[in-house]
Amino acid sequence: MDEIRVLSPTAILGYGFPLSSFEAGLARNPHVIAVDAGSTDPGPYYLGSGNSFTDRTAVKRDLEAMLVAGRRLKVPVMIGTAGGSGARSHLAWCLEIVRELAAEHRLNFKLAVIEAEISKQELLGRFERGEIKPLPPGGELALEDLDQSTAVVGQMGMEPFIKALESGAEVVLAGRSYDPAIFGAYPVLMGFDRALALHMGKILECASIAATPGSGSDCMMGYLGRDHFRLEPLNPMRKCTVTSVAAHTLYEKTNPYLLPGPGGTLDLRETTFEQADERVVKVSGSKFIPAEPYTIKLEGARLAGYRTVSIAGARDPVFIAKVDEIIQGVRERVADNFRALEGKYQLIFRLYGKNGVMGDLEPLQEPASHELGIIIEAVAETQEEANTVCSFARSTMLHYGYPGRMATAGNLAFPYSPSDFKAGEVYRFAVHHLVEVKNPVELFPMRFEDIPGVRGETR
Amino acid sequence: MKRVRLPELAEVIRSKNAGPYELTFDIIFKTREIFEQVAARKIITPELIARLYKIPLEKVISVVEFAPAKAIKATVVRPLACGDVGDSDVYGAQQHGPLLEVELDWDQ
Repeated sequence: MDEIRVLSPTAILGYGFPLSSFEAGLARNPHVIAVDAGSTDPGPYYLGSGNSFTDRTAVKRDLEAMLVAGRRLKVPVMIGTAGGSGARSHLAWCLEIVRELAAEHRLNFKLAVIEAEISKQELLGRFERGEIKPLPPGGELALEDLDQSTAVVGQMGMEPFIKALESGAEVVLAGRSYDPAIFGAYPVLMGFDRALALHMGKILECASIAATPGSGSDCMMGYLGRDHFRLEPLNPMRKCTVTSVAAHTLYEKTNPYLLPGPGGTLDLRETTFEQADERVVKVSGSKFIPAEPYTIKLEGARLAGYRTVSIAGARDPVFIAKVDEIIQGVRERVADNFRALEGKYQLIFRLYGKNGVMGDLEPLQEPASHELGIIIEAVAETQEEANTVCSFARSTMLHYGYPGRMATAGNLAFPYSPSDFKAGEVYRFAVHHLVEVKNPVELFPMRFEDIPGVRGETR
Repeated sequence: MKRVRLPELAEVIRSKNAGPYELTFDIIFKTREIFEQVAARKIITPELIARLYKIPLEKVISVVEFAPAKAIKATVVRPLACGDVGDSDVYGAQQHGPLLEVELDWDQ
């Protein structure tokens, strides 16, 4: 075998893809179909709460096409970072969708389920043994952050995927995963170069984002050879160019030459990108530098409080000119009225049209707009306290008297009744560290299931 | 010699999270010649990034030239971690504005 073809339908499971592109991929006889199902980009809420940031109906739609195609072509289907964050509840959520699809389409397959959530007890032991290390720019792990995190996941490398495939898994459903590992595992099992497989995976995990015009909702095929790989977008309206592929190497990374991951660093200092034909780019020269000891990235999120927001606008020029003093006055009124809550809430005013998008990073500090969008936000230890602070700040700001005020009936335009929205639990990332392991699979327990239960029979 | 703004020389200027604790900026230039001249003249420096975003120099993690993409990349420590209470841009995708205002002398 001189080539492995890896089909990536979409950048995140649930982001969708045109079936025509997917069929074009199947027509090229892929050896494996793989998808990344998550990200930390949507923020800590999803890991902390156990909910998915992707929509169930959309995830099921994408998985349906993938699972049916995988069985039709008799090739493995790999899913990493199931449910968006890859903790136990996310994995269970995605597993239920897999089971439903298997039943609906009478699919038979051997399923491997790989857990990535690590028990508190296990982590506390490793913490005490000094095996958990900082990941710059973050500092040392605080025991309290570990203890208070609702879920901590480890980002698995390709070894658990390889182990699942070696055991005959036809569908691999994994918790939190290093994105390139989902795509690189099968080629490495087949004896292909680890560095090239990982680098190809790094690009494929974003599907057609590396093409031009780019899209995270369209399919890409990777062709891995012995000393290079090629990338072809499967929608004829897109092409890969040296610039589009090289530029993607920059995306979301600190340093485009050295990309650290589980077990080592992908080294792109000698990588070359060539235009193979009008729509295909060829990549070669990527290296892998193994690390000793092998480290796994940990991610954990803990509850930070409860949020209530109120959305409003202002159109009065005097109010807009004096908005900073008015906010200061409102803060003082809230503090004075609820002295028992002192130090137990955060009150935030977001001013769109001034510095709502960039906050302190905004170089233009004077509003140039004739209107301001305002979000009044309270975060407190309970939902009731957040409601109280937000509600009182909103009514105070609405009727606040300031020097030069002409519009004495009210300062704010509310688009909605009710004006305040309970946004529920707020989480924050509390663990973002490395743990040293002796064996790359030791933190990731795996179980196998014959779907739909009895092979060869249908429900 | 005339004054030009960075968007006249670049095809992509963008910002994005690089993990929950870092914010990264990519400037992809229109041509290799432009990239090479900007890189040679050391126009995009940690000092420039610190000044544009009013942050201390030690918060600028790196400025890296990436020739294969004719790009320069700068990475800074996020003022707040992604999604922390008070964060204003969870994906970090709208923090590139100040780079659009950079002016430099240009020889064409």
